[in-house]
Amino acid sequence: MSSTAKSQAGATTTRRSKRSGAQVPIWFVLPALMVFAVVVLYPTVAGAYLAFTNWDGLSATKTFTGLTNFFAFLKDKNAIGSLGHQLLIAIVFPIVQNVIGLLLAVALDSKIKSRFVLRTLFFAPAVITPIIIAFLWQYIYSTNGALNSLFGAMGLGGLKRSWLGNPDLALWSIIAVVIWQFSGYAMVIYLAGLQAIPSDVFEASQMDGAGPFRNFFSITLPLLAPAMTINIILSTVMGLKLFDQVYAMTGGGPGNATQTLTGYQYVQAFTFGHFGYGTMIALILAIIVSIISAFQYRFLRRNEESAS
Amino acid sequence: MSVFSRRGYGKRTLVLEIAMIVVGLIFAFPLYILIVLSLKTPEEAAKSPLALPSSFYVQNYVDAWNQANLAPAILNSIVITVVSVITLVLFGSLAAYAIARRTSHWSGKLFALFLVGLVVPFQLALIPLYQLVRDLGLLGSYWGVIMYIVGTELPLTIFLYVGFLRAVPKDYEEAAMIDGATPVRVFRSVAFPLMRPVTGTVIILSAIGSWNTFLVPNLFLSGSGSQTIPVAVFSFVGEYVSQWNLVFAGLIIGMAPILIVYLILQRRMIQGFASGLKG
Repeated sequence: MSSTAKSQAGATTTRRSKRSGAQVPIWFVLPALMVFAVVVLYPTVAGAYLAFTNWDGLSATKTFTGLTNFFAFLKDKNAIGSLGHQLLIAIVFPIVQNVIGLLLAVALDSKIKSRFVLRTLFFAPAVITPIIIAFLWQYIYSTNGALNSLFGAMGLGGLKRSWLGNPDLALWSIIAVVIWQFSGYAMVIYLAGLQAIPSDVFEASQMDGAGPFRNFFSITLPLLAPAMTINIILSTVMGLKLFDQVYAMTGGGPGNATQTLTGYQYVQAFTFGHFGYGTMIALILAIIVSIISAFQYRFLRRNEESAS
Repeated sequence: MSVFSRRGYGKRTLVLEIAMIVVGLIFAFPLYILIVLSLKTPEEAAKSPLALPSSFYVQNYVDAWNQANLAPAILNSIVITVVSVITLVLFGSLAAYAIARRTSHWSGKLFALFLVGLVVPFQLALIPLYQLVRDLGLLGSYWGVIMYIVGTELPLTIFLYVGFLRAVPKDYEEAAMIDGATPVRVFRSVAFPLMRPVTGTVIILSAIGSWNTFLVPNLFLSGSGSQTIPVAVFSFVGEYVSQWNLVFAGLIIGMAPILIVYLILQRRMIQGFASGLKG
């Protein structure tokens, strides 16, 4: 539709609704707004205030302590370490997940007979409860578990490790699980993007002598830029908020080797009762998530425009 | 050809087929382990974890069912998921309809306010909400968790509905209004039926979100009679760690309902995810 046609249609619309005099009544938003205000808005604002107090959850008074909790965070080695782990997850997971998801999508955007079965299989872990996935892998990774037995059976006994017990390996083992669980998720979004590309585009380029790899880099990838934006932002936010899997698989251990900021927040608030400090950690996480996702959105959108 | 041929089934496609089946088998290895281990006796599970079970030891399922209290947990999860999803569809579509169709300046601001909820981690709101739910006497009851699910899933729901409505012309709704239909009537018999495709997406995404959520139900419900599946599974595993054959039977029972729904509706579910998240 041309822009003139659009604005004409718009003009007709306003005229018509003026004539009928009926607008959608405001109260339509009230039920949603009320629940949202009670469950999210009020507690978020109250939490942001709590972050500047020394409240322990029991005493009747909350003393306002200014930036004390914030400075305590900066000096808290475990907190900074947990933040580092959370950021590592939020960087490694989206990259690997998107590469795998994209490769799977390209492979299944073909005529292979198993494509529907495989699509169902690859996506399945994404609908299963994360807690359940975590316990499954806790066994697979255990000393006498499936992975070590598999290496043993294949004559690769030298590869046996204590996957979740070794502080240098544990976090990577957890990241691998999250990648396994959500690669199919990225695949599905890429597959939808791929299927929207008409086959003639590729055929025309093939007639110009382009091979499959040229096609992939000069047609497929640029056209998938919007899907990539969505995928990367979603996975980064997911990585920054990751909690369940770590909590169930290692509880942050061994030591603090796999502790995430979300997990550390939970421990501070609900194990030690440091409600003020715990919410300061959540506030810092909230600010980090907001900044990173806003930044990513702008950067990737610009990238999309230059690609198209 | 795209990267791989979309038309014929040539040699390259056959090679790809074989390669992808191998990838699929590797990918499915954890699920294979989950199933075979749940059917082994403790001795067999310890001795040969990888092999197929020599006989089906169904006792694991019986024991897990009884010891993990899974029957009430499944019922609780179903009630909480169904009530949450219905409320989300109703409240979300009503609010999105007003936001998308009203032209005043506040509707954009209200939309932005809801979208903040997509990004800010819920941990920040957790402690005040916990107090609030406790003060209302709703700890251990369905309602606290349902409130939490509806509140936290509303941003995505409204985002999906508004995105859909903005791409749909208002002609039908206006025609109905000119015919003298009340706004409620227009919503019920014109706008809401129009939104059916996105309602499907909302149902799928919010049902999976409600079913799988763990952190808050664990805080609100743990130890009560209203435990959901993830909470019940979590405490069950804590009690029976290292009896993996038994634990795995419990995990399979716990994930069966959602997995069955997935296998029946997989096409629609996958489409729902893809179309919902393309924004």
